[in-house]
Amino acid sequence: MSCCAPSAELALDLTSTTSVLPFSQEIRLASRSLGDNLWQTDLSVPTVHCAACIQAIETALGRLDRVEGARVNLSTKRVAIRWRGDSVPPFVAALGRLGFQAHLFEADADKKDKTLAELIRAVAVAGFAAGNIMLLSVSVWSGAEGATRDLFHWVSALIAIPALTFAGGIFFRSAWNALRHGRMNMDVPIAVGVSLAYAMSLYETINHGDHAYFDASVSLLFFLLIGRTLDHVMRERARTAVKGLSQLAARGAIVLRGDGARDYLPVGEIEPGMHLLVAAGERVPVDGRIIRGASDLDCSLVSGESTPKTVTSGQQVQAGTLNLTGPLTIEATAAAKDSFLAEMVRLMEAAEGGRAHYRRIADRVSALYAPVVHLTAFVTFLGWMAVTGDWHRAVTIAIAVLIITCPCALGLAVPIVQVVAARRLFEAGVMVKDGSAIERLAAIDIAVFDKTGTLTLGQPRLVNASSIDPAMLAMAADMAAHSRHPFSKAIAAFAGFAGQPKLEAVSEHPGLGIEATTADSTWRLGRRGWAGWKARTGGEGKYGGYGGTVLSKNGRIVASFKFEDARRADAKAAVGQLKDAGVSVEMLSGDTPDACGDVARILGIDRFVSALLPSEKAERIEVLTKAGHKVLMVGDGLNDTPALGAAHVSIAPATAADIGRNAADFVFLRESLSAVPLALDVSRKAGRLIRQNIAIAIIYNAVAVPIAIFGNVTPLIAAVAMSASSLLVIGNGLRLQGFRLAELTRASSATHSGIHPSARSS
Amino acid sequence: MTILVYLMPVALFLGALGLTGFLWALKSGQYEDLDGAAERILRDDKPER
Repeated sequence: MSCCAPSAELALDLTSTTSVLPFSQEIRLASRSLGDNLWQTDLSVPTVHCAACIQAIETALGRLDRVEGARVNLSTKRVAIRWRGDSVPPFVAALGRLGFQAHLFEADADKKDKTLAELIRAVAVAGFAAGNIMLLSVSVWSGAEGATRDLFHWVSALIAIPALTFAGGIFFRSAWNALRHGRMNMDVPIAVGVSLAYAMSLYETINHGDHAYFDASVSLLFFLLIGRTLDHVMRERARTAVKGLSQLAARGAIVLRGDGARDYLPVGEIEPGMHLLVAAGERVPVDGRIIRGASDLDCSLVSGESTPKTVTSGQQVQAGTLNLTGPLTIEATAAAKDSFLAEMVRLMEAAEGGRAHYRRIADRVSALYAPVVHLTAFVTFLGWMAVTGDWHRAVTIAIAVLIITCPCALGLAVPIVQVVAARRLFEAGVMVKDGSAIERLAAIDIAVFDKTGTLTLGQPRLVNASSIDPAMLAMAADMAAHSRHPFSKAIAAFAGFAGQPKLEAVSEHPGLGIEATTADSTWRLGRRGWAGWKARTGGEGKYGGYGGTVLSKNGRIVASFKFEDARRADAKAAVGQLKDAGVSVEMLSGDTPDACGDVARILGIDRFVSALLPSEKAERIEVLTKAGHKVLMVGDGLNDTPALGAAHVSIAPATAADIGRNAADFVFLRESLSAVPLALDVSRKAGRLIRQNIAIAIIYNAVAVPIAIFGNVTPLIAAVAMSASSLLVIGNGLRLQGFRLAELTRASSATHSGIHPSARSS
Repeated sequence: MTILVYLMPVALFLGALGLTGFLWALKSGQYEDLDGAAERILRDDKPER
């Protein structure tokens, strides 16, 4: 099972601090009933990636009591479990024992992707029709005449009907929608061209004519549908991958009733005034006020502060913060829809960014293209009418112009490049929400980073481990293993045996630290003032250090610990690469100026603004936008969400809050920040290829349209010209895949030279 | 040219057969986990429970 370790290459580097095992009630809420007391639960298991993983998961889950069956879907990295009974079998724990982290998944698996199914069926029908009609057309071109030709034309007309109604319906509906709202899109010329071509061919067939364009109209649909399906598959895959990540917002909470009863209610049903129990390790579901208990709260997702905040009864807590050390009873002061989270969504919608006004390249081109094409065809008709007075000939030629200019290559030119680009980014662990994100990213000139959780991991790292007595460090690690506090986790990583005494009783004092007793003494790990209650009488100076966290033995300080916020891997390199690419880098944070200054200095960021409120971050981005910049926002917290929405384009790490991930255009799954320059690089290359492809399509038209206008286009020429131009743009788009070979060799040499990034950057 | 009367229906029928086969495979979920199917073939033969 070595290949299935969570640290395997494809693993999502989700931090364990942010993922708490889902509650069994929570699982129950997310399951759906199949009737007859049978339930299905969908879990996302991001680290499954080989046959052994499938085997291990399916057998282990199948062995559990009351589990009917489990089926892993490797493509979506999900496992569907069917089970019976009232209580939920412990499958999350079972997966955990195998080393797989499971995340709850929305119960929408029964809603299959209808659009995709329709598109694929349309491609199949159009492909079948195009193939058969093309065969018949080839017979006509190679000399079938008279009654045989008429028969072939009639059969073609019949085969084309299902293709036009079923496959063409997608384009007709979209074109009609655009026209009704007074807009133009690529589908308008397609719909007009295809239906006119069919009508004319039918007329020709009835009148025993030579030329019928059934093959052109159907193969056009076929090519365009391929482009559209690829585009859809790309977006859908990114969306499922993003949705499958751990969910950070609480799904429900335990409500304490007046009579002492405890109910587990979904977040949406919690009302102000209810008393809620928030255990250590859970997220606060709604805004509230603490009634009982004291604890430390991790606010990093909410405010960007990296140090946990100590709270006691009477204080306000915000939805989305993580309760770390002690159980809390809170009184809800707002319903979920009025909570901090909802406020962020509102701010985000208000800060409508570049994407709302952005029009995709394909739409911009088609806004110009469609009128020009229709005008050309109309002028051709008038011209031939004036010259020859033969209306049949004039109409035939005008329709030939429409067919030859049908934006076949243009419809493929953009999606094919974006699909290849998205595929490349997908392989590098970056999800792209839609094609326009790639276009927008290529245009940016300023990159704005959030600090906590983005440039840094939002997790403290012990920096003075080497100067601490190993026995004391091992002692502290043993104690720290009992706590969820981020500082404790950092210390617990240094666990090991160094002759430390065995712990007898361990208790955690929220907001203060951990107390443990051994055979002969009392140890405390926590705040200096609390742990070192005899410190004034000595010891402090001797062991040195001004760190806030110390280990004390019987009240005397024996070790002190210094922490810093661990930086995200490759952060410095990523900032450097962005600068090399001509993008200026800025940092916006809700944290203190001191903490920001340190990180900015180490990473080489020249400009930073600290202690910002969420709305101020968005304002700062609007100021930059007004100054004519195209801003990329990279952030993860709830407090970054308005800024993510305000920016021209945005990127979030997989560890980001749910709404942040949904707001961002790109989501990167691996820990390394080098995903940002990579995405920029691929987007810029894709932008170049898209422009080339559009140029190819325009050159094709420049050559083919005059031929059509002078009435020399036969169905054979139309078929050859259209297929050739489509193949050309597809081939050009695939060159993006080719760039990779050169890059792989470069990247591997870069990793060899960059094996000690921490040594270089600190 | 009477041969066409047989040949064309045969050709269309075979094409339609392929199309129906594809649509059936699509509907019965055979395209839902392409990566999984590729890996499952490597598993040892154990009767499905």
